[in-house]
Amino acid sequence: MKIEALRTSQGAGPDLATGSTLEVRGCSIRYGDKPAVNDVTLAFALHRVTALIGPSGCGKSTLLRALNRMNDHIQSCRLEGQVLYHGQDIYDPAIDAAEVRKRMGMVFQKPNPFPKSIFDNVAFGPRLNGTFRGQARQALADHVEKCLRAAGLWEEVKDRLRDSALSLSGGQQQRLCIARAIANDPEVLLMDEPCSALDPISTARIEELILDMRENYTIVIVTHNMEQAARVSDNTGFLLSGDLVEFNNTADLFSRPRSKKTEDYITGRFG
Amino acid sequence: MSLSTTQRIPLRSEQKFRPVEFSALAFLRASALVSIVTTLAIVVVLVYESIPFFRHVSPWEFLLGTQWTPLLEPRAFGVLPLVVGTLHVVIGAGLIALPLGLLTGIFLSEYAGPRTRALLKPLVEVLAGIPTVVYGFFALTFVTPILQRFFPSIGLFNSLSASIVVGIMILPFVASLCEDTLRAVPRSLRDGAYALGATKAEVTLKVVVPGALSGVLASFILALSRAIGETMAVTLAAGSTPKLTANVLESIQTMTAYIVQVSLGDTPRGTIEYQSIFAVGLLLFLVTLALNIASNRILKRFREHYE
Repeated sequence: MKIEALRTSQGAGPDLATGSTLEVRGCSIRYGDKPAVNDVTLAFALHRVTALIGPSGCGKSTLLRALNRMNDHIQSCRLEGQVLYHGQDIYDPAIDAAEVRKRMGMVFQKPNPFPKSIFDNVAFGPRLNGTFRGQARQALADHVEKCLRAAGLWEEVKDRLRDSALSLSGGQQQRLCIARAIANDPEVLLMDEPCSALDPISTARIEELILDMRENYTIVIVTHNMEQAARVSDNTGFLLSGDLVEFNNTADLFSRPRSKKTEDYITGRFG
Repeated sequence: MSLSTTQRIPLRSEQKFRPVEFSALAFLRASALVSIVTTLAIVVVLVYESIPFFRHVSPWEFLLGTQWTPLLEPRAFGVLPLVVGTLHVVIGAGLIALPLGLLTGIFLSEYAGPRTRALLKPLVEVLAGIPTVVYGFFALTFVTPILQRFFPSIGLFNSLSASIVVGIMILPFVASLCEDTLRAVPRSLRDGAYALGATKAEVTLKVVVPGALSGVLASFILALSRAIGETMAVTLAAGSTPKLTANVLESIQTMTAYIVQVSLGDTPRGTIEYQSIFAVGLLLFLVTLALNIASNRILKRFREHYE
């Protein structure tokens, strides 16, 4: 499926007015002999939220993890096609996967703070990259505060930055993981079902946060929660057994799905 | 009588006696009791037998004295030379086994592929199955001759070769425990670090090892307490010269080796030399007990609570 083709078909098509820094072209991924993603092509609009929806096992998480080469650690995983970041194929053998990951923050399904202090969790990326090496300690502390504020966690933890991150609640831990991810100053934020382990109130806070953050980041969120996709995203891609069935702006995809399969899924007929 | 009527059977009001259940429970309880009773009996015997010793030698003199000549006149019962001898072996073995064991554990858990691990892990664990007396004559007939090339002044019996073989002996213990605890660090933490742009070495050093710190420390302490209790190899290789020395090229005597020496000799029961082995045994027991408690505390206190 070509992006150009999508634009000319009925409706407005995906909102790509802001351009895109991240694109997937003819991307197929398989685990051993088992195909997970088949020939997917789509573009993630700059400073927009793109949701990937679909039933369990449809390949949406696999596709997300392909964007920052997290699948490299799975031995049997093979990828064909291209993932272009600023026009550069990140799977080019000359490209260092760690460098790619520094530019793209990732938030996981289950909050996974390191068993370190709250401060050290946020400072992990900057320390790794030596961002503030040779500068006053205060520079790092200021940066940590900025990230915690951006993740809406500062007020809750400012008096206990030295406490273990594991003492936080699940929702706070997930916001800490968001703060940790944006501490690297990434352009892209990849979120893999970030609310699936959280209660409704924590979920609402994270969703608010996603809407706030879209000004500064290009966000890709995988979710099995269609209401969530409708609430937070600008564009939505629907995947089914590894195929990108439909990719459109979120409003149109949910109100006027072009494909019968999309319609069946969003009306709850399966999945 | 119609088929639909079912006769009501009242529930049995008394507990039925089930012989198999009863005897199984009794047997399991008895088995568990054996180890508890044995441990208590050992403590009682150690304390009871060392009381007469401490009537002759004050605990102060015993713990702080620097001369240990229980079999020669004038007799002296200062245990420090034996403690220092034991320290030689513990420190030497620790210097070898702790870093090498941790590195082996890191390699097995983080770097080795499934096939390498399947091959290497049993191989490392075989080291733990070799009888300690074999390690003893390995030290005497193989390690010491090699050391002699580097240190011509080294004695036939010396604490260095004993430390080296005890180090090799406890290495699989450290490696295996470290590997287990490193592998218990959840994958999600590794993923978190990779996603921030960490390389494999950075993930290992900054997330996995700190995340498994409690287990690593506990494995260190348990291995050291094994080195303290190790007997046969040090008796063979380190000799039986109680000496307050820092020189690892000389012969020394450890607490365990002293107990062997007296037990094997024709020391009559009831003499002070005979009683002294219980005092040394009691000290040995208390030290290893303290280390085991410390290791449990560390595990409990610093254990990272992964869900």
